[in-house]
Amino acid sequence: MEFEPVIGLEIHAQLLTDTKIFCGCSAKFGAAPNTHTCPICLGMPGVLPVLNRKVVEYMIRMALATHCRINTECNFARKNYFYPDLPKGYQISQYAHPPAEHGWIELEINSGKKRIGITRIHMEEDAGKLMHDERNPVSLVDLNRTGVPLIEIVSEPDIRSAEEAAAYLRRLHETIVYVGICDGNMEEGSFRCDANVSLRPKGAEKFGTRTELKNMNSFRNVQRAVEYEIKRQQYVLESGGVVAQETRLWDDTAGVTQPMRGKEEAHDYRYFPDPDLVPVVIDEAWIDEIRGSLPELPLEKRERFMRDYLISSYDAGVLTVSRALADYYEEVVRLSDQPKIAANWVMGDVLRFLNEEKKDVRECPIAPASLAAMIRLIQGGTISGKMAKEVVEAMYKTGKPPEEIVKEQGLVQITDEVALARTLAEIIGKNPAQVEQYRAGKEKVFGFFVGQAMKATQGKANPQLINDLLKKMLAG
Amino acid sequence: MEKMRISKEEVAHVAHLARLEFGAEEVEKFTTQLNDILLYMDKLGEVDTVGVEPVTHAIARKNAFRDDKVGVSLPPEVSLANAPGGRGGCFLVPKVIE
Repeated sequence: MEFEPVIGLEIHAQLLTDTKIFCGCSAKFGAAPNTHTCPICLGMPGVLPVLNRKVVEYMIRMALATHCRINTECNFARKNYFYPDLPKGYQISQYAHPPAEHGWIELEINSGKKRIGITRIHMEEDAGKLMHDERNPVSLVDLNRTGVPLIEIVSEPDIRSAEEAAAYLRRLHETIVYVGICDGNMEEGSFRCDANVSLRPKGAEKFGTRTELKNMNSFRNVQRAVEYEIKRQQYVLESGGVVAQETRLWDDTAGVTQPMRGKEEAHDYRYFPDPDLVPVVIDEAWIDEIRGSLPELPLEKRERFMRDYLISSYDAGVLTVSRALADYYEEVVRLSDQPKIAANWVMGDVLRFLNEEKKDVRECPIAPASLAAMIRLIQGGTISGKMAKEVVEAMYKTGKPPEEIVKEQGLVQITDEVALARTLAEIIGKNPAQVEQYRAGKEKVFGFFVGQAMKATQGKANPQLINDLLKKMLAG
Repeated sequence: MEKMRISKEEVAHVAHLARLEFGAEEVEKFTTQLNDILLYMDKLGEVDTVGVEPVTHAIARKNAFRDDKVGVSLPPEVSLANAPGGRGGCFLVPKVIE
């Protein structure tokens, strides 16, 4: 029987606020254990959490970027369970009345464009961090992360393959980083993804039993885990078994998913409205204000680049992969007025240097103004495209402007016609046999003269100028 | 007992979720007590609430926010002062199996 995978993703993203969601403790990553704690995030009795306004603003930014409907009123609920990383015995989250629903994002896949629905986005607090002692039966708890703001983004079960799951995750990651509300660091856990995977007979309406996959901390691992899980479930079903509804952990080293131990019963979180937090009302004026502050989104930028700069869809995709790279490219274009040539230099040499050193464009030693200046030097004939390759490399290594490098290395292209004509006349004078051959119609010999000319000028002559002058002079 | 609003099984389940241990006698007793409370709560059902939006709070206040400004955190030794155990600035708890 042929099976169809049904996949939905749940994403937790830490927001780039300075403080936690309900108290003034710093939300910064990497501090010494428990130095960012206070009675509120420690869950002491009698304290009162107060919502960080910026968390709501950041949630609205993402809701707008993913075409969600924003509800006028939402509230917070308590999700009750016991775990040592959760000091209150409940997590403050949102349940019955989420702030944003019914959104979508669009993917470009082989067969064209596909929309993946977003069920909801809500705000909640993160839990603390647990470390396990290898030798003794104890665990260590650091509550710095407790209360760090998160948004959870839940997709519709619209995803049909591991590739689509990875593409959706990439698009969402790109969007959340673009709107500037999350640093997107998957290794440090500021952007985390769980996947719900089930199979159903192709053409069936009803969903099969799903498993929930956790512990995938990279795009690649999400794709691998989903791929593995689809095959595993297919094997179970084809051999007459049933898929158990369970949480499974991805084991990166073994390349398999395994059932999570120690979950003795189905979750019963007993959600109820949190009496400590009053409802949040989001009016049109607030939404409009945030909409006005949103940057251009990746897809819009891509389309504008193709339209305004006449570059290919592929080039536009590469250049808009991050906001920083797109800004860099646009600055080069603005200063050089050569969108196509600028795209080639940014995508070719600049990105290659950066990738070799695993650097971000924000750390690029070549300022956009320098790259634009170099493009102008080529356009003006001062240096050849071949020389520019050397210049750009020196620019990257030294951070110097191109004019300085050209001067230092004596790279200036010879564009002085009189001087060049004198050199060419000498070459012609020294090679009468070749001149005869050329004049007799053996045009290949032309290459010989060009070669001699480049040699005599140490490659500094403008090739076009050599060609033009040689043709005239050899014609006799 | 005329009407049952909660069963012994439910009481035992909720007790387990709250990590409380009760003997059979206690379960019996709490079931009766909780049942009385829930029956009393039924009185609220007699009020006509047709057309009234549900509320989650007794006060009408909405949108209580704070600014995103870093305040003062506790020194870790104070945060850990009441903990039964600590090590390297962390709370020490019985091993959690994952």
